[in-house]
Amino acid sequence: MDITNYVVLAAVLFAVGATTVLLRRNAIVVFMGVELMLNATNLAFVTFARMHGDLTGQVLAFFVMVVAAAEVVVGLAIIVTIFRTRRSASVDDVNLLKG
Amino acid sequence: MNEVIGLAPWLVGFPLIGAAILLLGGRATDRWGHWLGVLASGASMVVAFILMFRMIGTPVEERSVDHHLWTWLSAGDLGVDLGLRLDPLSVTFVMLVTFVGTLIHIYSVAYMDHDPDRRRFFAYLNLFVAAMLVLVLADSYLLLFVGWEGVGLASYLLIGFWDTGRPSARENAVAAKKAFVMNRIGDMGLIAAMALLFAHAGALDFGTVLSDDSVGAMSQATATAVGLCLLLAACGKSAQFPLQAWLGDAMAGPTPVSALIHAATMVTAGVYLMVRSGAILEAAPTAQLVVVLVGAVTLLFGAIVGCAKDDIKKALAASTMSQIGYMMLAAGLGPAGYAFAIFHLLTHGFFKAGLFLGAGSVMHAMGDQTDMRRFGGLSRFLPITWITMGLGWLAILGIPPFSGFWSKDGIIEAAFIPVEGQPWRAWVFGTVAVLGAAITAFYMTRLFFMTFGGRRPRWTENQHPHEGSPLMWWPLVFLGVGSAALGLVLGIGGTFTTWLEPVTGHAEHHEPVLPVPVIITATLVVVVLGALLAFRMYAVNLVPEEAPRGSVLTRAARRDLYQDAANETLVMKPGYGLARVVQVGDRDVVDRGWSVLPQAVSWFGGVFRKAQTGYVRSYAAGMAGGVLVIAVVVWLVVGLGGAQ
Repeated sequence: MDITNYVVLAAVLFAVGATTVLLRRNAIVVFMGVELMLNATNLAFVTFARMHGDLTGQVLAFFVMVVAAAEVVVGLAIIVTIFRTRRSASVDDVNLLKG
Repeated sequence: MNEVIGLAPWLVGFPLIGAAILLLGGRATDRWGHWLGVLASGASMVVAFILMFRMIGTPVEERSVDHHLWTWLSAGDLGVDLGLRLDPLSVTFVMLVTFVGTLIHIYSVAYMDHDPDRRRFFAYLNLFVAAMLVLVLADSYLLLFVGWEGVGLASYLLIGFWDTGRPSARENAVAAKKAFVMNRIGDMGLIAAMALLFAHAGALDFGTVLSDDSVGAMSQATATAVGLCLLLAACGKSAQFPLQAWLGDAMAGPTPVSALIHAATMVTAGVYLMVRSGAILEAAPTAQLVVVLVGAVTLLFGAIVGCAKDDIKKALAASTMSQIGYMMLAAGLGPAGYAFAIFHLLTHGFFKAGLFLGAGSVMHAMGDQTDMRRFGGLSRFLPITWITMGLGWLAILGIPPFSGFWSKDGIIEAAFIPVEGQPWRAWVFGTVAVLGAAITAFYMTRLFFMTFGGRRPRWTENQHPHEGSPLMWWPLVFLGVGSAALGLVLGIGGTFTTWLEPVTGHAEHHEPVLPVPVIITATLVVVVLGALLAFRMYAVNLVPEEAPRGSVLTRAARRDLYQDAANETLVMKPGYGLARVVQVGDRDVVDRGWSVLPQAVSWFGGVFRKAQTGYVRSYAAGMAGGVLVIAVVVWLVVGLGGAQ
């Protein structure tokens, strides 16, 4: 199969994720968009690793997964806390740092 | 002399230890603190007597002794040894300070009996005695300066002694501050004089600086500058024109303080400085002339002010100023005047301390009333005070054979001695001195008869005047006897002049422009006339209880000839104005100029702040958009580069 397809799929996934982050207000859904973007990146890493016959890309994909896992833990904890205090999971409601 | 010289440091040591115990001991020493103060001063007096009798028994040429204690400063070229100089001049002062000081200590035990802070009072008095003795015993200008500042501090503390912090005591605090600040102006003069002397001679001890070699090598300009700086110092300390304004207000302190510090001893320190520095003044005729002028102006100034004051202490303060004017005048006349300046200082120390303590006794009897218009007819109720103050009164008038006659007459005669090339001087200063004697007679007689004479008392209600305890009137008796007899004992045959000769030098005999008997007679005539005028006005005629409006001169003299107004207009207000200009300049020019910078930063901050919307999604859009723009740019650049 042509390797281009993988890159296109990664680009599509990234675009879907980015759109989700920009357009949705629910923090959980925004989080899922972020995950999607990260995994699109992972897909691109693995694809190029295969293309170049170099394992660096694959190693980096593992790093991304580890970071993503940590980020989910912290991020979800924050979201839950915010929900408890403000009774809302909308990212637009959290604007205390407005200048 | 050498066997007892080791005792000299104890002169200072006793009162200093006394002050230290009383100040550090605090309330624990309240019960017996005043007796410790008396003891310390008395011990110092005993040492003074021993030293004086030893000195009398020593041949004349061996009477000046420098007692080296230790090396004080050793910095490069400047080496100052701490030492005491004992000579007839300093021993005279030591006797005056310790003897009158001890009498006043004893008097204060009774006078301050009801004051809860009596112990603190005695601590300050002891501190004063110690500092004054340092001043007169110092063998260098630098050590003299230590004593000079020490007496200034003690004077400040004692003028403000009754400053309890309550609004009613504000007068005390203001008077203390006024004295302190005006004295600082004089102190600058002393510091400047020391700097000049050090630059010239490379030393500050009297032995080097005042030696013939050092003074001979001095240029006329240097000598004049040093002389004038020393005069400024003397003016500040001795309340001479134009730094005289503080002395009247200083009467806010307790009366024994006025007697000891602001009449008998501290205020005469300026005269001591002039006489001690006589060698320099003699090398600078201009400075000498200024000294005489200052003395003459002050002697008339104080006398005129004294005529108008109704407050008994302020009248005495004005009189003190005037009498020190006499001493200054004499000190500016050269060797012919030095001995009489010190002689008058000594007799004045006795009769003025006696008059002040008498005034304190009157105030004590009249419930702290100081207005002489509310006294009158007190001679029957306060016989001892009446007689002792009477002796002081006759002494200050200069009636023979009382002490003031011997000293003041000497000054008047010296003022009439012609100066080569300036024939006007003898006439002008001689006349001023005689005129001053007449006015002195007027205001002192006024004071005496307003207090003790008069046909009917003008007391306020519920007054029961009575003599104080023996502790109060015994010092009065001693000082009264001194006022009466001291001049006769020391003056007859020039005993005192001969005694001081090792220090002041031998004065060539010059004839005054008028024959001596004529001067004496003229002086006595004007003195009696002045006294008779005052007797007629204040003893024969009734004294109104409310001060009449009076002439222009009387009103001016009541306000100290507008000295405060003059000081405020000429010095204080321009000073305030300058401070205000500097303050406004700092705030509106310097500060405002620099505040442009933070204002600009703040403005930019305000602009950029708007970028922070608080919406996470707009930040994300910004990042995504930015990355997109970068990607497009990179693609275009790299793509176009690749195409070439």
